[in-house]
Amino acid sequence: MKFWLVVLVLLLPLQSWAAIDTYEFKDEASRERFQQLTDELRCPKCQNQNLADSNSPIAKDLRTEIHRMLGEEQSDDQIIDFMVARYGEFVLYKPRKTASTWVLWYGPFVLLAFGLLIIVLISRRKRKPDASGTPANKPAEEPAEGSGLNETEAKRLNAILKQDDDQ
Amino acid sequence: MRRYIVFIPLVLFFALGILLWRGLQLDPTELPSALIDKPMPDFQLSALEDPERVLSKADLTFDEPVLLNVWATWCPSCKAEHAQLNRMATQEGVKIIGVNYKDERSKAKVWLEKYLNPYVINIYDEKGTLGLDLGVYGAPETYVLDAQGVIRYKHVGVVDERVWQQLKGVMAELKSGAAS
Repeated sequence: MKFWLVVLVLLLPLQSWAAIDTYEFKDEASRERFQQLTDELRCPKCQNQNLADSNSPIAKDLRTEIHRMLGEEQSDDQIIDFMVARYGEFVLYKPRKTASTWVLWYGPFVLLAFGLLIIVLISRRKRKPDASGTPANKPAEEPAEGSGLNETEAKRLNAILKQDDDQ
Repeated sequence: MRRYIVFIPLVLFFALGILLWRGLQLDPTELPSALIDKPMPDFQLSALEDPERVLSKADLTFDEPVLLNVWATWCPSCKAEHAQLNRMATQEGVKIIGVNYKDERSKAKVWLEKYLNPYVINIYDEKGTLGLDLGVYGAPETYVLDAQGVIRYKHVGVVDERVWQQLKGVMAELKSGAAS
């Protein structure tokens, strides 16, 4: 009996108790909101952890504060504003769409469009000589449309080409 | 002209390299305070020395820029900067408001007796509510308040001589700005 008790105690994951504090929620919805908020808000002290993950005292304080505000029926926006007013935009893992974060949100798409544009331009330029000039394998009798020659030049070119045929 | 186009990727590479290299020099633990140029938040807390005495923002009005220092006995860096704070208060006559952050009153009192008291007034913030409103995330933190009680500057970490010169510059600027 004693032996099994010891085994049981050893099996308990002690470490996992550290970050868990117990909060009571009045319903399932506010529990989910709590999880979502602590997931999206960053711990100001530990930097690369969110409030839900962090063990630091400040994160615990902020979790308690969020729980209190949820109990007061405050909206998510109110809670987020509360945090931003004190710790700055830094605490948001999901930055808001403002003029200063515009580059963050849309920059990648602008770059993507820019890259696509360059690819299109390059591929067009490469194709141009094939489409408008003479194909390499068969000699053209007449200059193709859009080769950029005016009428006299075209005649001259034809004459030169024919001259080559005569020889 | 066409010939130089091939250098564009190289130039971009160096531009990015310089940007990232500069990023390495920055201290990621230093956050810009959201409270800069905002008035000091209001509070109702007891004085450290006297639990009966309730302090509020009205008790913090001085007619000159002051420092507000967040400290605690559990914080080793606070001990490190304490001598510097003492020197600033006694030799240079700087007014320092203390916020005793999430501490025990008895321990804090003993600390001040032992290491001297550089603070003109000490707010006892047992639960860290004022700290929360100030956006404190790690003691020690030192704020510069102007004569109107507006937060003008924040330093997170130990105040040493170098930091003090910086704070002094900010305070002098505020003084001359108010005078003109």
